[in-house]
Amino acid sequence: MLMIDCPWCGARAELEFRHCGEAHLLRPADPATLSDAQWADYLAFRDNARGWARERWRHVHGCGRFFNALRHTQTDRFAATYKPGQAWPEPPA
Amino acid sequence: MTRLATGGRIDRTRPLRFSFDGRDYTGFAGDTLASALLANGVHLVGRSFKYHRPRGILSAGVEEPNALVEIDRGVGRREPNARATMVPLVEGLVARSQNRWPSLRFDLAALAGLGSAVLGAGFYYKTFLGPGRDAWHKRWEPLIRRMAGLGRAPEAADPDRYGNRYAHAEVLVVGAGPAGIAAALEAAAAGGRVILCDEQAEFGGSLLAEPRAWPQLAADMAALSANPAVTLLPRTTAFSYGLQNFVALAQVLEQPNDLRERLWQVRAQRVVLATGALERPIPFSGNDRPGVMLADAARHYAQRWGVLPGRNVAAVVAHDTGYAATFALQDAGAVIAAVLEMREAAPAALLAEAARRGVRVLANHGVVGTRGGLRISGLLAAPRGADGAPDAARATPIACDLLLMAGGWTPSVHLFSQARGMLRWDAALDAFLPGEAREAVTCVGACAGEGLAPGLPVTQMAAGSARAPKAFIDQQNDVTTRDIALAVREGFRSIEHVKRYTTNGMATDQGKTSNMLGLALVAGELGRSVPEVGLTTFRAPYTPTSFGAFAGRHRGLQFDPVRAAPLHDWAVQQGAVFEPVGQWQRARYFPHAGEEMRAAVDRECLAVRESVGIFDASTLGKIEVVGPDAALFLERCYVNAWQKLGIGRCRYGLLLREDGFIYDDGVVGRLAADRFHVTTTTGGAARVLHMLEDYRQTEFPELHVWLTSTTEHWGVIALQGPRARDVLAPLVAGLDWADFPHMAVAECRVAGIAARLFRVSFSGELGFEVNVPASQAPAVWQALMQAGAAHGITPYGTEAMHVLRAEKGFIIVGQETDGTVTPDDAGLTWLVGKAKPDFIGKRSLTRPEMLRADRRQLVGLRPHDGRNLPDEGAQLIATATSREAEGHVTSAYRSASLGHPIALGLLAGGRARLGDTVFATSLNGAPMALEVVAPCFLDPKGDRLRG
Repeated sequence: MLMIDCPWCGARAELEFRHCGEAHLLRPADPATLSDAQWADYLAFRDNARGWARERWRHVHGCGRFFNALRHTQTDRFAATYKPGQAWPEPPA
Repeated sequence: MTRLATGGRIDRTRPLRFSFDGRDYTGFAGDTLASALLANGVHLVGRSFKYHRPRGILSAGVEEPNALVEIDRGVGRREPNARATMVPLVEGLVARSQNRWPSLRFDLAALAGLGSAVLGAGFYYKTFLGPGRDAWHKRWEPLIRRMAGLGRAPEAADPDRYGNRYAHAEVLVVGAGPAGIAAALEAAAAGGRVILCDEQAEFGGSLLAEPRAWPQLAADMAALSANPAVTLLPRTTAFSYGLQNFVALAQVLEQPNDLRERLWQVRAQRVVLATGALERPIPFSGNDRPGVMLADAARHYAQRWGVLPGRNVAAVVAHDTGYAATFALQDAGAVIAAVLEMREAAPAALLAEAARRGVRVLANHGVVGTRGGLRISGLLAAPRGADGAPDAARATPIACDLLLMAGGWTPSVHLFSQARGMLRWDAALDAFLPGEAREAVTCVGACAGEGLAPGLPVTQMAAGSARAPKAFIDQQNDVTTRDIALAVREGFRSIEHVKRYTTNGMATDQGKTSNMLGLALVAGELGRSVPEVGLTTFRAPYTPTSFGAFAGRHRGLQFDPVRAAPLHDWAVQQGAVFEPVGQWQRARYFPHAGEEMRAAVDRECLAVRESVGIFDASTLGKIEVVGPDAALFLERCYVNAWQKLGIGRCRYGLLLREDGFIYDDGVVGRLAADRFHVTTTTGGAARVLHMLEDYRQTEFPELHVWLTSTTEHWGVIALQGPRARDVLAPLVAGLDWADFPHMAVAECRVAGIAARLFRVSFSGELGFEVNVPASQAPAVWQALMQAGAAHGITPYGTEAMHVLRAEKGFIIVGQETDGTVTPDDAGLTWLVGKAKPDFIGKRSLTRPEMLRADRRQLVGLRPHDGRNLPDEGAQLIATATSREAEGHVTSAYRSASLGHPIALGLLAGGRARLGDTVFATSLNGAPMALEVVAPCFLDPKGDRLRG
C-alpha cells in the first residue's frame, strides 16, 4: 500500500485515496466550437505514459480535496503532489 | 526410539502426547511435529500429489514439500496442508496424513501405478480427450480429483478469531538467525523502533543447531527482550513485501483458541532481510523415498531436537556443508556407511577429517537409485560418467536407513525480489543474489551470499539426471527431471512456460527446493547458462497464508457494512421481506400471514392506485447544494434549466457524463435562491457527489457553491395514492395548500416535526415525500399510519414501487440505462434545456453516432398472450427465428392494476415501431411475442398525479 502525500493533510495510506485519471486536462470553455475529433480527443484519449505521469487523486476518505501528483507508472514512486492550479513540477531526471 | 539421551533444545521434563493417523506418540516441549515423529521412528508421513508415492520428511523448515499433514483441533479447526516441520508440538495434538486411500502404508492408487502412466508433464493438455465429448467432465476430471490432491478443506465455519495490526518501525528485521539478530541489536543500539520477526517458534535460525552458540544466543535475545523499543515476533512470516517498505506479516499465536492468527501490516523506514538460504536437493532416481533428507536438516534434527533420524547413514554431497552434517550425525551415534562425493575431489582438509573419523568417501560418485519400500534400505552408488550421470554398470549397493543430500545453497531472495529488487547471478557462488534495490532495504547473511562457499555448480550437479527415471525435483507437485526434459523437447523454451507446463514450482511450497534444479535442467537441455535461462517471478505470499489472517474481523456482519433505513426496525417488526440494494437493506414487500409475494405485491400496488400507500424512501441519496452560485453550478452540471426554477418548486433532474450517457437522476427542489435539495438514486449517491465535487473543485473553482451529503440526515416517507392528501393534510402545519401543486417543495411541520415536504410522484398517483430528521422518522411514520388507518393506508415495499413506476414508464437508472443510453434514447429529451449553451455531456449528444435513427430507444412491451412475463435481460429479436438482437428487455412485471403483464425495453428505432410485434428470447422455450407500445401504460396525461 502506497503512502500518498495529500497537499492539505500530509502523508496518508493509499486506501484513503481515489485515483482520478490524467491531470491537466482542462475542460474546453466552449465545447460547441470543437470538432468531433477535437471533442473525442478531450473525452477519450489519454497519454497512458510509461514512466512519469501527471495524474489526479482525491483524498476521498480524508479532506475530500482533489490534487495532482507526479507518479512513475513503473515504480509507483511519487516525485511530487501539488494543489490544483499549481504548475506541474518537472519529472526527476 | 531414535531420541538421543542428551542434547538438543527440547525439554525432556515436559513430555507431550500427540497422535498421528490415530496412533499415540510422545514428544517433548520444543519439538516440532516433524522432529517428534522422527523421534518415534516415523519417516513415512504422506503420499505424493499425483503418483501417491510414499513420502517422508525432507527438510526441517519452511521449504518442506512432502510432510504436509492435517491438524485437527475440532469442529471448524481442521487445518489442511500444515508443514509438519513448522508445527510446534503441543499436548494432545491430532495430526493425520493426506492423499492416501485406504491408508498411508497401503495405498491402492500407488499400487496400481495409475498416475505415473498418464500424469506426466502437461498431461492435462494432451490426455483425457476421449472417448466422447464429455469424457473430461464426466470421467477424467472426477477421477483425477479423487487421485490427485492435498488436504481436505474444513467444512464447518472457523470459530476462531483473527486479528489485524498496523505498525511502524524504524527498522524491520526479517529472519532471526545470526545475521538478523546482529542487525536487530545494531538497530536497537541506534535507537528507534525495531521489529524482529521469524517464521520459527524459536529465534536463532541456524544457531539453533550450534550448541556452542547457545549461551551467546540466549544473552542476545535477553538483551533484545529487555529493550522496550524492540518487538519480537516469533512464528511470524513476512510473506509480502510491497511498495514503500510496506511488509505484511502473518503471525501464528501461542493461544490459538483465543486469537489464532494476526496479520501485521508494517511500514518500516528500513527493512533488513536476513532470510537465510535453503539447501538444494540432488536429483537422482528414487530421491523421494522416505529417509532421503536434506543434509543440514538432519544435522538440525540431531543437534536442535536430539533426534537421530537414521542409524546407518549415507550421504551424497556436492557441497562442503554435507561433511559437517555427516560428521554431526556420526558424533550423535550414527554409523556412516559412505559419503558419495559428486565432485572430482573434496577439499583436502575435509578428506583428512573423514579419514580421521574412518568415514569412507567415494569421490566423483553419484546415486544410481535407492532401495526400500516405505523407508530407504539402501542405494546403488556408481562413479559418474563423462555426462555426469552415474554409470549403472559399475554400481555397488550400499545399505543405509538415511540418505543425506547436500546439494549446495540457494539464498532466499524471495522478499527482495517481491520488493522489485534486481537479482544478479553470482557465478562463483552459483546463485542469484540481491542486486540493485528499489526500496530502503538491506540484505544480510546467507540471503546476501555472506558466509556461503561455492560447491559443485547446480548445472553440473544436475548433469545426466534428465534421463534418470523417477528423479524428482518438485516433490510436492511430483515433477521429475524427465518432465523438464520432455517439456524442452516439446518446444518450451521460456522458463515461465516450462514452469506452467510441468507445474514445477507451482505447488504450495512455490518451488523453494525445486526452482534452481528446474532452471539447471532447462539450462542443460538448451545448452545455455542459468542466468541466460532466467528466473521465474517471485510472488507473494512467501508461504501459504490463511484466509482467516486476511479476513481478520471482516466476516459475518463485519464483512460489509449493512445500512438500515430509519424505519428498518418497524419493517422488521411487520415481517417485511428484505432485499439488499447496494449496502442498504430495503423492505421488498410486507406479506400478510400466509400471503405469497405475488399476492402481497398485487395488494400493495392496488392500495396505492385505489387509496393510499406508505413507503420508506429514506435510502434516496441527498445532496444539499448551497451558495450564491448554486443555481449556476447545477445549470452547468445537469441537463435541465435551473436558473428560472422558482423557489418552492421542484424539477426532475437528469445528470449525464461527458460522454452524453445518463449517469443519474432525481428530483431537485429549490428551497431558497441559494439552496437546493438534490436527490440522487439510492445506489448513485456517493458517485454523484464525487462527480459534482470534481467539477466544483477542479473545473468551476470560481463558483461559490458547497455540496454536503445529507443522505442519512433525512428520513423520507413517501405517501402515494388518491387519498394521500387526505391522510397528510390534518398533520401538516404551516403550509399554503393553495400554492402547493405537483412538483412543489415547502418547509413546514408534519406531526409537529420540522419537515421538508415534497409533492412528487414516482407512482403516477397524487404523491408526497415527507423529509424529517432521520431520528424523527419513526414517530412521523406512526402518526401517518394512524391518520391513514381510516383510508386503509398500506405499507408497500420496493417491489410494488418498481411495478408502479413501470406502469408509468418511469426509468430506473441502472435498470433501463446501462451507461450507453442518452436522454433521447430514454425518451427524456424534453428535460434538456434547449437554450443552454453547455452542460456536462451536451457536446457528446451531437456526435453522429448519437443522432442515428436506429439507436435503441425506450419502449413499452406488452406480451401477446396476456399472461406470461418475458425475462429481464432477454434479447429482443424481430422475428421468432431471427438471430440478430435489436435490443433487450429491461424490466418486466405483472400489473394487478392493468390486469396484464407489462415490460419495458430498449429497442432499435423503437419509437417508430409502435404497434409492431417483436420477440423476446427465452432460455427455455420459444421466443415470446410482444407488442411494442408507448412506455407509459397508465394515465399518460398525468391527470392522477395532479389530482
